[in-house]
Amino acid sequence: MAAPPTLALANVSKSFGAVRALRDVSIELFAGETHGLAGENGAGKSTLVKTLAGVHRPDSGQVLLGGEPVDFAGPADAQQAGVAVIYQEPTLFPDLSVAENIFMGRQPRRGLGRIDRRAMHARTRELFGRLGVALDPEQPSRGLSIADQQLVEIAKAISRDARVLVMDEPTAALSGHEVTRLFSVAEALREQGCALLFISHRLDEIFTLCQRVTTLRDGAWIAGEPVEGLTHDDLIRRMVGREVATLFPKEEAPVGEVALKVERLTREGVFTDVSFEVRRGEIVALAGLVGAGRSEVARAVFGIDRWDAGAVTVDGVALPAGSPTAAMKAGLALVPEDRRQQGLVMDLSIERNIGLTGLRELRRGPAISRRAERDRARDWALRLQLKFARLADGVGVLSGGNQQKVVLAKWLATRPSVLIVDEPTRGIDVGTKAEVHRLLSELAGQGIAVLMISSELPEVLGMADRVLVMHEGRLAAEIPRAEATEESVMSAATGRAA
Amino acid sequence: MADQGGGRLVMGRVLRWDVLVASLLVAVFAAGSFSTPGFATIGNLSFALSDLGEIALIALAMTMLVVAAEVDLSVASVLGLSSALVGALWEGGMAIETIIPLVVLVGAVCGLVNGLLVTRLGLPSLAVTIGTLALYRGLAYVVLGDQAVAQFPPGYVALAVENVPGTPIPYPIALFVLLAVIVGVVLHATGFGRSLYAIGAQEEVAFFAGIRVKRIKLLLFVFSGTIAAFAGVIFTLRYGSARADNGLGIELAVIAAVLLGGVDFDGGKGTLGGVIAGVLLIGLLRNLLMLGDVSTEIQSIVTGLLLIVSVLTPRLVSLIRPALKGIP
Repeated sequence: MAAPPTLALANVSKSFGAVRALRDVSIELFAGETHGLAGENGAGKSTLVKTLAGVHRPDSGQVLLGGEPVDFAGPADAQQAGVAVIYQEPTLFPDLSVAENIFMGRQPRRGLGRIDRRAMHARTRELFGRLGVALDPEQPSRGLSIADQQLVEIAKAISRDARVLVMDEPTAALSGHEVTRLFSVAEALREQGCALLFISHRLDEIFTLCQRVTTLRDGAWIAGEPVEGLTHDDLIRRMVGREVATLFPKEEAPVGEVALKVERLTREGVFTDVSFEVRRGEIVALAGLVGAGRSEVARAVFGIDRWDAGAVTVDGVALPAGSPTAAMKAGLALVPEDRRQQGLVMDLSIERNIGLTGLRELRRGPAISRRAERDRARDWALRLQLKFARLADGVGVLSGGNQQKVVLAKWLATRPSVLIVDEPTRGIDVGTKAEVHRLLSELAGQGIAVLMISSELPEVLGMADRVLVMHEGRLAAEIPRAEATEESVMSAATGRAA
Repeated sequence: MADQGGGRLVMGRVLRWDVLVASLLVAVFAAGSFSTPGFATIGNLSFALSDLGEIALIALAMTMLVVAAEVDLSVASVLGLSSALVGALWEGGMAIETIIPLVVLVGAVCGLVNGLLVTRLGLPSLAVTIGTLALYRGLAYVVLGDQAVAQFPPGYVALAVENVPGTPIPYPIALFVLLAVIVGVVLHATGFGRSLYAIGAQEEVAFFAGIRVKRIKLLLFVFSGTIAAFAGVIFTLRYGSARADNGLGIELAVIAAVLLGGVDFDGGKGTLGGVIAGVLLIGLLRNLLMLGDVSTEIQSIVTGLLLIVSVLTPRLVSLIRPALKGIP
């Protein structure tokens, strides 16, 4: 190609203490091209993004802007140079309108320094027109879906004449049609001459959207190549460095008694009349669109939220409403959806996080036995093949997949008879994903009843003995494994089933 | 590379807050010994400790609250209410043996009210306890007006002012040491302590882990009220005077000591050892200022400045750290 790349990294290395996050990595982003970035968690993708965005400065190597070396002193420099990053969960000012968010700090003015709202709204409409998005510029940001918020962020980037748009796992929290809409926006920008960098754990999306793909593994550059001619397996092999046999290995397990029984559970305005059972040895999936009430049912069953009517029994013991402590005592465990907010205390060490669910069992006399705490953590860390340096390290330093293993360890250590997992593989890499699936299958084999909430259909179809589908707060269908297909689950989830 | 890492490690240790405060403590002590005659004598230090008793006791409860990301600003008012009640009841002819447990119970109820408002209604403790700071002090004036009651039984007064026989340690400080050991063990070695750090760092995670967050917080507020009321009894006996305005404003000294001790106001971080160093530092400074005949206004200014410095410095350090790392 004749023109130099809009933005490039040349032989960049970056270390944090002893951790070499990037080793001699190069990448070239060209105008009019969407470049995919693939790699497991901990492969260095975030560091690469932050280097492009001016957050990190390379220890060695160069950042090249239009072929010329540049030194971004901070994110503001990168932004000035036309580099914009759209994160997974944008942070807009909720009480300001869409247009005000886009023009924050750069509002068009009229006489006496007053903000020219009319011009601001007109320019916002024009931006949305360019992107092909139907959003009202005067609407407050509060209440916008994450997908819409991302579009606002993109519009903001475009309004600043961004020439490079980096999208860091933008689709992780989006539903199917929202992804489609985001892609059409990305396509439009590419045709208008933007250089795009797209990061996703969903390989399908890389194949759909990107022309080139760069793969990182353990901080090192593995490949940079055209997507055309590449297969899924090729890409996975580059990411993992080995063959990944089967992604979803649920094995047949003898099905025992009913362990979890939920009867006519209702939380007003959230979900209504939900009844189901999970037996020992079974994995039951709770599927449905985002917002159908799946996580809310799980939260109520575990006692995080109160229910208004209905009953929950675990191994024949009726649970009181609104008490996680009682739920745990009865043998229930919940691996929550949001690792950062609900799963782990990031400031605490691996062992303390794992110990948090067993403060009673770890007691020797009045005090916690540090040895017992460490043994418990080591035991589960080894069983789950956790990659760690020391158990006393903060969980914050672990990669997403390993953090998820710590959350699992924390809950498995309570020896539950019913395990509820909410999006157990969200945001974790392919290798760890397969490990989590193997683990869930093993646990079912050991007679644990597993209730799995998942937005990923292949995971649901591969893992579940039965699929419960929720639609708008109600249980819309119960589909046995043999009849569960993408079509049958999706039609129930969208309310099309009879 | 390895060299740089080693350097940073040393840096990290030196910048450890509680170590820093302890060093500062030693420095202030040394400076005081040189500059102020009569400072480094057993008699003065014993007095300084005794003068610190109430602040030190209340700081124990405050440490646990702040670690759990809550705060109780009403402690000085509970102390005042307790002092006023002691005075009114004593004047009314009640036996001191009945008065003390009764007053401590009232303190527990004050704490319970704070705790219920915070946990049941979900109000921020900062706002709730600013409200009860005014409320409880107001009640103290309702109980005793602006009169002062004195003439308490000498046996009890002795317990508040005299030293443990054969030592330079005043009885209240002996009590503090005992309680500090208990609180230290609870905070750093028990499941309850682990829960406090988890609640302070990420309350939702603690709740998801089956920790009874509300019950624990309620307990902390009750403990805080109880300790403050007991400190009020000691204060009254020590000065031999029950007044509604006793202990006015000492919540600031307590919070300054806790923050100075390295407890993060946002919760989840800090050690009791640090807080004890912080308490002693505040105590030494107050004593030095007093020996130097510095007015109470200036003492108040110093306390205020210390509070700000103790909140500001960790922020500055965290601002400076990346810059240090950025140096190739």
